[in-house]
Amino acid sequence: MTATASPKPDVIVIGGGLHGCSAALHLSMRGVRVLVLEKDHVARHASGVNAGGVRQLGRHVAEVPLSVASMALWHGIRDLVDDDCGFESHGQIKVAETEAELETVRARVAVLNALGFTHEEVIGQDELRSLVPAIADHCVGALVSRGDGAAIPFRTTFAFRRKAIALGARFQEGGAVTRLARNGGLWTVETADGAKYEAPVVVNAAGAWADRIAAQVGEPVPLEVIAPMLMITARVAPFIKPVVGATGRTLSFKQFPNGTVLIGGGLLGRAVRDENRTELDFSQVSVNARTVWDLFPCMRGATIVRSWAGIEARMPDQIPVIGPSGTEPDLYHSFGFSAHGFQLGPIVGRITADLITAGSTDLPIDPFRIGRFAA
Amino acid sequence: MSAQGSKFDFDIAVVGSGPAGLAAAALAASKGASVVLLDEQAEPGGQIYRAVTETPVRDRKVLGPDYWHGAELLGPLRDSGATHWPGTTVWSVARPREDAADGSRPIQIGLSRNGAASMLTVRHVILATGALERPFPIPGWTLPGVLGAGAAQVLLKTSGLVPSGATVMAGSGPLLWLLAWQYLQAGARIDAILDTTPRENWRAALPLLPGFLRSPYLGKGMKLMLDVRRKLTVIGNVTSLRAESGLAGGKGGEGVLKSVVYTRNGTEHRLPADTLLLHHGVIPNLNLANATGCAQRWDEQQRCWRPTTDEWGATSVEGVSLAGDGAGIGGARAAEEAGRLTALDALYRLGRIGREQRDQSAAPFRAALDRALTGRAFLDTLYTPAEAFRVPADDTIVCRCEEVTAGAVREAVRLGCSGPNQAKSFLRCGMGPCQGRLCGPTVTEVIAAERNVSPAEVGYYRLRPPVKPITLAELAALPKTDADIDAVFKH
Repeated sequence: MTATASPKPDVIVIGGGLHGCSAALHLSMRGVRVLVLEKDHVARHASGVNAGGVRQLGRHVAEVPLSVASMALWHGIRDLVDDDCGFESHGQIKVAETEAELETVRARVAVLNALGFTHEEVIGQDELRSLVPAIADHCVGALVSRGDGAAIPFRTTFAFRRKAIALGARFQEGGAVTRLARNGGLWTVETADGAKYEAPVVVNAAGAWADRIAAQVGEPVPLEVIAPMLMITARVAPFIKPVVGATGRTLSFKQFPNGTVLIGGGLLGRAVRDENRTELDFSQVSVNARTVWDLFPCMRGATIVRSWAGIEARMPDQIPVIGPSGTEPDLYHSFGFSAHGFQLGPIVGRITADLITAGSTDLPIDPFRIGRFAA
Repeated sequence: MSAQGSKFDFDIAVVGSGPAGLAAAALAASKGASVVLLDEQAEPGGQIYRAVTETPVRDRKVLGPDYWHGAELLGPLRDSGATHWPGTTVWSVARPREDAADGSRPIQIGLSRNGAASMLTVRHVILATGALERPFPIPGWTLPGVLGAGAAQVLLKTSGLVPSGATVMAGSGPLLWLLAWQYLQAGARIDAILDTTPRENWRAALPLLPGFLRSPYLGKGMKLMLDVRRKLTVIGNVTSLRAESGLAGGKGGEGVLKSVVYTRNGTEHRLPADTLLLHHGVIPNLNLANATGCAQRWDEQQRCWRPTTDEWGATSVEGVSLAGDGAGIGGARAAEEAGRLTALDALYRLGRIGREQRDQSAAPFRAALDRALTGRAFLDTLYTPAEAFRVPADDTIVCRCEEVTAGAVREAVRLGCSGPNQAKSFLRCGMGPCQGRLCGPTVTEVIAAERNVSPAEVGYYRLRPPVKPITLAELAALPKTDADIDAVFKH
C-alpha cells in the first residue's frame, strides 16, 4: 500500500524516541510537514526508560555548548511542549571521595572556565554536606552544576510527540524501516508492514538501530548496542533533592518525589536488539549497589524492587552523531548519544530543524560529524 | 554439588516445592542428576500442600485426603538425594554472560538464603512456581478484613486459624467450596456464601459436561458442594459486590470491614461482616518466567496469560522449563505428573537419558496427566468470572501498590496508552513491590475492553528482576570478580 490519504510529508523522521520527536516538533513549529516512523511505539526504548537526568555536569567538552543551550530550553520546557515533563531543578552533584579526585574536578573547572563556561563549580566538604546531608563521611567535596536536574523520560518524550502532533506532525508506529533509497531527489522509505513513504528529506534518529539506516546509504558506523541498567527501591522518607554521581566510579542516584530512589551508573546488561530484549547482569548491578552502600550508608537497608535496562547506541568516542550524511544529500543523522542523550533532546531537535530549514546551525556540531569514523 | 572443577553448581535447579517441583526434583535426582530444590517456605509442599509436614491441624478430616496426599511426595524426594534449600527466595533467572572458554551461556540464578544473596550456576532450571489467586477487584477490597480465600486457607493450614466474627465468603470456583467445607469440618462460623458464578456459564459449560463426568474430581467435588449447600446459606446469582467500612445507616466506619453489599436479581442487600473471603479462581504465577524472558500467550478459556510451553514444559528460553500450574492451571495432581515429564525432558537434554528412554518412561505419567486434566474445560468454563468482576467500574482500585483506579486506566487509554507496559509509564500501576501480581490481569482486561480488542492484543507487563524484593545490602554483598569491579571504576 502507499500512504496517499494524507499530503506527502516534507521530512520523514525515522525513530520515535526523544530525538526523533524533538526534531519532529521543531520542524512542525516551522510549518514543515513531518512524518515520524517508529518501529515499536514512541519512547519504547532508551527514551522511555532512562534515568531522566537533565545534566550539563561532567559532559564531554564537545557537548558542553549544546548542553548549555539545551538547558535553557529545559528551564522553559512548559512553553515548548505545554507540559512540565516532571522537570525539577535541584542541581546535579559529582562527589569526590579523595583529595586526588577533588584535584581532577578542579582541573576540569579550570578548562571549562577557560572556554567561557561557568556552570560547574567545585564545592568543599561543608557545602557538600549541607546539599546532601546523607552523603558518607569520607567524601571530601564535589563538582556541582546548580541549574541541572531531572525529568520523567516517558512523559517528556510523549509530551514532545503530543505537541508535534498538535502542530501537524504525523506518527506511524509499529513498522520498522526495511529499506531507504533516494531517486530523483526523493527518498522512498519502506517499512516491514509493506507500506511505502516518500519525502524529499530524511532524518535518521533510530537510536540503537541507526547503524542499519546509515548502512542503507553506504555509510557504515561503528555503533555498539548497549543495555545500561537501572534499579529502583521501595519508597523511603524524602532525604535528598539533587541528583548525585561520583567522580571515581559510575553512579547516578536520585530520589523521586514519591520517595522511590533510582540507582544507575551505566553498568551494562546484555542487549538483544533483534528481540527488543535485555538481560540484566546482577554481578554488575551488585557493583552499582556497592557504590551506593559506600556513599549513602542510610540506603543499606533499602529494598530493591525492580531493575531494568534500555537498548541504547554507544559510539567508540562516547559522543553522538549529529549532522548531515557524508554520502547522501538531504539525509541528517541524530543518534549514538551513548547513554547520555536525554538532556540534549530539546536542542538537537532544534539543530536538526536548523540544518534542514536554514542549511546551518549556530552551535558547533563539527565534532559530531559522521565522517569522523571514516578510515 | 556436581563434579569438582565444573563451573556448574548443580545440573538442575527446581524453583518451587509444590507438587510439580517435588515430583520433578525427586525424579531428576533419582536418575543421577545433581539437583537443588529451591523454595521460599520453611517446609516443602507449596501452597496446595502448605505445611503438610508440620500443620497443627492434626485431625485429618478437616483438610481432607487430597491435602494429605502431599505427604506422599516427600519420601521420594528424601530418597532421591536431591539437595533441598528451604527458606530460599529466587529473584532472578538469566543467562547474561557468555563463557569465554566454550561460548556457552550458562544459566545464573539469583537467590537469597539466610539473609545473603548469591548466584548459582546451573545447566537447566525447572520453574514450578504454581498459581496465585486471580485478583478480585471490588469497591472496598483493600479494607482490613477482606482477604483472598487462598490466603485464608494458608492460615488454616499453617496455624490452624479460622476467621472469628461474622464471616462471608464470595465468588466462585472449586477452592471457595473446598475452603467452606474445611471450615465446616473445623467448626468455624460462616454466615453466607455469595455465589457469583454467572447463570449463563452453565449454558456454556453444559456441552463439556460429558468430559467432566469422567473426571476424578466429580465425585469428591459433588459431595463436598452438597455438604456445604446443606449446612450453609448459599446465595446464588450475585452480580455485584462491595465491601464497606460502615454499617447500614452510616454507622461505624473506622476503616475496617463492617458489611458486604451485594446485588441479586437487581436488588441490593447488605450483610454485616467482620471477614470477607474473596475468590474467583487461580491463575499461573508467571512472574519469574516472564522476567526470565519466556514467551507467553493469552488463554481465552482460562482468561489468563500463560507461558508458552511444549508438551515437555520447555519454554521459549533455552534451558528453562516450566511444570505445574505456573504453566497453566491444571490442579495439583496434573502438576505432579507434569513435574515428572519436565524432569525426564531435562534429563534427556542434559544427555543423562536417551530420547527413547525419555519417551518410554513418560508414557505412564502422560496417561496420568491426561486423566488428571479430564473435565478441566468444564470447570474453566463454568467458573469463568463474570465481566463485572474482571473489568471493574471506574472508582474501583485496580493497582493497590500505587492506588490506581480502573477509571484512571481508562483515562490513560484515551490519552494513547495502548497496553499494560505503557500503563506503567503513564500511571505507575504495576510498578510497586507486588510487580503486578494484584493488578496485571485486571489492567490487561480493562485496557482490552476500553480499546475493544482482545487481551492478547494489548499484552502483559514485561516484568523485571528482582522478582522478589531484596535489600541493597544483600545485593551489594554479592560475590564479584575483579573484572566486574574494573568495569565500574573509571581510573
